[in-house]
Amino acid sequence: MTSNDKIIEIEVLRYRPEQDEKPFLQSFKVPFTDDQSVLQGVQYIKDYLDGSLSFRWSCRMAICGSCGMMINGVPKLSCKTFLREYYPGKITLEALKHFPIEKDLIIDLSDFINKLESIKPYIIPAAPRTLEQGEYLQTPRQLDRIAQFSSCINCMLCYAACPQYGLKPDYLGPAAITLLHRYNEDNRDAAKAERMQLLNAHEGVWGCTLVGYCSDVCPKDVDPAAAINRNKLNSTMDYFLRFVAPRGGN
Amino acid sequence: MSKRSNEPIVWSLFGAGGVVVAHTMPVLIFVTGIAVPLGLVSADVLAYERLAGLADGWFGKLFLLVIISLPLWQSAHRIFLSLHDFGITGGETFFRVVFYGAALWGTLLPLFLLVGM
Repeated sequence: MTSNDKIIEIEVLRYRPEQDEKPFLQSFKVPFTDDQSVLQGVQYIKDYLDGSLSFRWSCRMAICGSCGMMINGVPKLSCKTFLREYYPGKITLEALKHFPIEKDLIIDLSDFINKLESIKPYIIPAAPRTLEQGEYLQTPRQLDRIAQFSSCINCMLCYAACPQYGLKPDYLGPAAITLLHRYNEDNRDAAKAERMQLLNAHEGVWGCTLVGYCSDVCPKDVDPAAAINRNKLNSTMDYFLRFVAPRGGN
Repeated sequence: MSKRSNEPIVWSLFGAGGVVVAHTMPVLIFVTGIAVPLGLVSADVLAYERLAGLADGWFGKLFLLVIISLPLWQSAHRIFLSLHDFGITGGETFFRVVFYGAALWGTLLPLFLLVGM
């Protein structure tokens, strides 16, 4: 800390389940320079002001998706958000909305992980290839169909943004549907019919009311709202075509 | 988790209504709300006989049914979903009957009248 440093007030929502009845806000004065992220701000708090503050982080460069939190009420990656954007105002940090708090800024993400597993986010080929047959081929055009949706880093900001997930925790949600779409549209994959059953449910694609905030908050410029709406069309085709096509139009 | 939703029925009407609204409403608003009142287009364009003539042929009847009915389904479903966005979660069946019922009425009544014309 040098004498040139500016001081910003950071309020953090604290919750230590073994000693607190409910979450409360604790304020810290943090010196910073213009190149420091909000993540570096909370790291300063942990290193110099209160070592008991807990939060998740890893890569510091918007790749791992660990450090998502509510920053002044907006879900953001704290490594990709800078303290200078809020100075001279104060910053309020809270755990991601719509998830149970495990401790301080750490949420219990098991609901999301279960949903992610349920959509089988991996390529399931019609017939596995042997080593001799070589790799699964894909043209640049086939890659284009899925490239944008494959950038998801599972940071869950879209779940914190989605009012429908807040109202209906059973809703499959933006990131899981986006990744489901990414694998369904992959030319090397053959498990579409199986995944469609998840989409067709009320808790699937029909849980969405097209608010669109998921796409606003995505730090990787993925467009979950587009993936969801394309699949409303897919699910509608599946709904009606199952009466004329023997295998549900797939 | 895997029980199939019946929402595709209303969603397809909602989606079709959205397309109809997007393509016809700006023109209809321009003609009826701006062009005719400002005298850019002769008021004869909207004369009753001329418009009633639209319903003479089957193509005209179908056109009228489409621009009356589908936007109602679009609005009904949008309002129904918005209620949920605002956190009004109870009484879903009641709201379905009210909104989808209104859209159904707005489909059957013109259908009955147009076929009878």
